[in-house]
Amino acid sequence: MSTTLTTKEAPAGGDPSPSWISERSGRGDAIFKGLTIAAAALILLALASVFIFLFTQGFAGFTQPAEVYSKYGSSFWGYVWPLLASTIVASLIALIIAVPLAIGIALVITQYAPSWLSTPVAYVIDLLAAVPSVVYGLWAGIYLAPKLVPIYEWLHEHLGFIPLFGDVVSSGRSISTAGLVLAIMILPIITAISREVFSRTPRLHREAALALGATRWEMIRMTVFPYGRSGVISAVMLGLGRALGETMAVVMVLSPGTLFTFNLFSGSNTPSIAANIALRYKERSEGTLEVLIATGLVLFLLTFAINFAARWAVARSERKLAG
Amino acid sequence: MAKSIDVSDLDIYYGDFLAVQGVNMTIRARSVTAFIGPSGCGKSTFLRSLNRMHEVIPGARVEGKVSVDGQSLYDANVDPVAVRRQIGMVFQRPNPFPTMSIYDNVLAGNRLNSKRMKKSEADAIVERSLKGANLWGEVKDRLGKPGMGLSGGQQQRLCIARAIAVEPQVLLMDEPCSALDPISTSAIEDLIHELKTQFTIVIVTHNMQQAARVSDETGFFNLKGAGQPGHLVEFNSTEKMFANPDNDATEAYISGRFG
Repeated sequence: MSTTLTTKEAPAGGDPSPSWISERSGRGDAIFKGLTIAAAALILLALASVFIFLFTQGFAGFTQPAEVYSKYGSSFWGYVWPLLASTIVASLIALIIAVPLAIGIALVITQYAPSWLSTPVAYVIDLLAAVPSVVYGLWAGIYLAPKLVPIYEWLHEHLGFIPLFGDVVSSGRSISTAGLVLAIMILPIITAISREVFSRTPRLHREAALALGATRWEMIRMTVFPYGRSGVISAVMLGLGRALGETMAVVMVLSPGTLFTFNLFSGSNTPSIAANIALRYKERSEGTLEVLIATGLVLFLLTFAINFAARWAVARSERKLAG
Repeated sequence: MAKSIDVSDLDIYYGDFLAVQGVNMTIRARSVTAFIGPSGCGKSTFLRSLNRMHEVIPGARVEGKVSVDGQSLYDANVDPVAVRRQIGMVFQRPNPFPTMSIYDNVLAGNRLNSKRMKKSEADAIVERSLKGANLWGEVKDRLGKPGMGLSGGQQQRLCIARAIAVEPQVLLMDEPCSALDPISTSAIEDLIHELKTQFTIVIVTHNMQQAARVSDETGFFNLKGAGQPGHLVEFNSTEKMFANPDNDATEAYISGRFG
């Protein structure tokens, strides 16, 4: 055993007297503690510096002359809201598609499938995360978008009275296609984390439900979901964060329009904030950069707010559990 | 309501590994039957085969026959979920559902069996089950609080209340006191005495004094050797098992001259 106590050489003829003063452990612990604190501080520092950069550099972007905003509006808020709306709508579409799918896959892998099937399936899902977003963009813009047009047209024809399903752009490069690609991109992360938390449901609790005569689905509802809830919410937040900030795939899929409409199939929707920054970053006309940084600040604050809201919701539900 | 169990030539496997071999016994209705034996001898495995909990583990299966009042448990058309609703189980470590209140924990099984229940009906079941588990007096003022807030012994009695709330025919207990202190253990043993007027109880225990105190009949399981399957060495009335067992191995184990 490598103890932290050292035994001094016994004096001749006497009993060995242990020394309770440690010589090694203190230093190792101190180094480790310092390293961990430094790591944690570094993250906070990076976050703070990003925020300070966005704020100081982007502040001027709020109050530029009207012509700088002319692409989408006449003031900063007029400029940013269509971008913000596109960002949120594309991300929501992605979540609506990806979350049920990811939870379903995670359940199949952890609860239903035999291990010879679940291991390769889990591996393939993880591989989805390794595909670069540029590749997703290429695939979706050139191949997937036209293939989706018949589906959009069917929806438009049968559910056209809902404003969401308006006229269909012939290229298929609409915000719904962008949302679909985002869904595929965030699927692996939500699946992987859900899978992890589902598989950690204590056997004790699962057996308690089964022994009461629960079917497998009832067992999942009684034990796996309550146990995994906060982990799944974290997973969804991570996925949402990626969807909100994803740039390349959205740039390549969405044909950038100039106004926001609620028609998901329109070809004239504004790009998302991140995509807009990427598209216009090179323009470098007077005041544009400040405006773009200011939109970045808006995106930063949005993700921050969503994360805090989610944490608060999780903490509240857990407090309720603790009674 | 309580039923007897007949087991004949039961072999229990985990994959290719034969864990328990050739068990024959009859468990009488409205009595307490205890299983004793060294660790790893298959007594818990055998217990779990009595309500088909055994097959929850991937690859686990049985050969042979288990029947409850003549109805075979392992026939092809028997639904294991239905079996477990009739044959309840209490585990080694207390396992109330952490996200549920005391009240909801007691009703968890009933809510599976019948979707809709009147409030008055539910209240009656909760009170009757908690009284049956000798827990009512301690928790009646905090039924809405989480079950995890109770002490270990109270949690275990809550699990017993949950198991008896669905009025099973048989109650299986897998070392129900091994995680509890002597006072809680004694409370549960008293409870077992009361419950046997209504239920057939089968209990696995490491504690031989406990087997002697609570059971009417005792089965002694042992391994034939290292890596060999477990088997039932002797099954007799508890009185005889502890005073004058038929088998030398039983006597050696009970008197502590084992191995």
